[in-house]
Amino acid sequence: MSALPSRSDPSPLDDAGPGDEPLIHAKALTKKFGSYVAVDGVDFAVQRGEVFGFLGPNGAGKTTTMRMIACVSPITDGELRILGMDPRHHGPAIRARLGVVPQEDNLDTELTVWDNLVIYGRYFGLPSGVIRERAAELLAFAHLEDRRDSRVDPLSGGMKRRLTIARALINKPDLVLLDEPTTGLDPQARHLLWERLYRLKREGVTQVLTTHYMDEAEQLCDRLVIMDEGRIVAEGSPRELIERHSTREVLELRFALPDEQDAALPHLEGIGERVEPLAERVLVYADDGDAALAQVTDRGVRPHSALVRRGSLEDVFLRLTGRSLDE
Amino acid sequence: MSDLVAGADDAVAGRRRRPGPLVPMLRVTEREARIWTRYWQTSLLSGVLTPLMFLGAMGIGLGGLVDDARGPVDGVDYLAFVTPGILAATAMQAAAGNSLWPVMGGIKWEKQFHAAAATPISPGQVFGGYLLWGAARTALNATLFVAIAALLGGVPSPWGVAAVPAAVLGYVAFAAPITAYAALQDSDVTFPLIMRLAIVPMFLFSGTFFPVRQLPDWLEPLARVSPLWHAVELCRGATTGSLGALAALGHVAFLLVVIGLGCRWSVRAFHARLAG
Repeated sequence: MSALPSRSDPSPLDDAGPGDEPLIHAKALTKKFGSYVAVDGVDFAVQRGEVFGFLGPNGAGKTTTMRMIACVSPITDGELRILGMDPRHHGPAIRARLGVVPQEDNLDTELTVWDNLVIYGRYFGLPSGVIRERAAELLAFAHLEDRRDSRVDPLSGGMKRRLTIARALINKPDLVLLDEPTTGLDPQARHLLWERLYRLKREGVTQVLTTHYMDEAEQLCDRLVIMDEGRIVAEGSPRELIERHSTREVLELRFALPDEQDAALPHLEGIGERVEPLAERVLVYADDGDAALAQVTDRGVRPHSALVRRGSLEDVFLRLTGRSLDE
Repeated sequence: MSDLVAGADDAVAGRRRRPGPLVPMLRVTEREARIWTRYWQTSLLSGVLTPLMFLGAMGIGLGGLVDDARGPVDGVDYLAFVTPGILAATAMQAAAGNSLWPVMGGIKWEKQFHAAAATPISPGQVFGGYLLWGAARTALNATLFVAIAALLGGVPSPWGVAAVPAAVLGYVAFAAPITAYAALQDSDVTFPLIMRLAIVPMFLFSGTFFPVRQLPDWLEPLARVSPLWHAVELCRGATTGSLGALAALGHVAFLLVVIGLGCRWSVRAFHARLAG
């Protein structure tokens, strides 16, 4: 069942050496729309076989970066090489080897599931026999075999997303680009989608994804960059980032009234490594959350609720961008 | 570097020849054709039946009165006069219909043009493929219409077959610039206005149902710069066999200029929208 788009078969060139060359290489990559700087001189490299993420809030420049990688948005400045080629001169040749899953599904809603795959295969100039074979495999991959001949319109959001992903794999891409792959899906559909993306990863497909979900980035990405206002503010594996910028555990305290929170803050000083008061709660960064909670209670502070959880990318993001901190 | 590309896809590698710009374009046309096969009956019915109803009402019904009252119009009976008018005007309406809402849909609403532009197909080729499909469909509808009109006596000259390419030329002369316009809009609020203030007046006053010399003197020059008038004259020249070579050339040249400018504008618009 090596259905899918694996690029495991090494091309002669891979043996020759440049197999180690990153699939995407960006240096001081910049995109301006008029005077607005959407992407402000970012550097990153994506290696073959990894799942690489762009994490950040809306407007951070993630989608713009993805569009430049997809060769549908010319770069303003800096350097960008994809699959060893320059998108300014080899757009069609690069796009021939990409699989693109856009933020909003752009399927042919009047057509059947099957026809959507076939037409996309034709866009890549694949012969009909090859398309039929792959489309059948991809239907299975997307769990849509029994929907083969139904129109796209009435499918659920999760099914449409899976079809969009299947469609993006019709050309056996070297690189799959997923822009906010699970935005708008219910939790069950999200998990099913994640599971499909894991499978792609196991088959060695390089994936680049954007997300504003911290849990999605943590679940899926081998490595990620955190973007904010067009810049990269941190880079590493989810675990590295959490170790570097957060603590092992985080104690979340909620108070019944804002006044109570204000009154409690002076008593929390010195507990754990750091105390971050937010609008609705206080975060206490500590390697041992339970011990921190015990200290809180010892000092006579009575929060409405207390929760100990593991440090997450959300904490990393708060730490690095200062976003949503009450300062 | 090109070796890297060759290895991209084992299935394609075997038959890899650098395709010209026409091949990717035709894949977009192919998509439209596949969609069309799902509703070709209704498409043909509305594309051919509607002009035939006009032909029945104007050419035969009204034409009977015209012929009785004043005799031939420009040397032919009214049915033969109005047949090429309806042919060209129908092509124009199809152009407007195919180039306004569906283009906005492909770019802004359902975004299927974006899906195509994410593949090796360029934005200009997406436009070209879509335009080509409309032209092909017009050729089909026009052929059927001309054949049926000929059976009814509306096509006195064997040159009538040339009316089909003339109608296609007229279609493209409208479709190319209208597509560019639609591609650049952010909403469809102006589209009904275009239909009412540009398409309908042209439909009525470009020599479709009566010679433009019947128009008030101040309006006549305006009618002569309408692309529809040139398309009508060309179609009429073919179906009646009465157009001189020089005049035909003039009409073709006018339409080709409109097509050239329209295509250029559209290619730019598609680049801005799909790869900006």
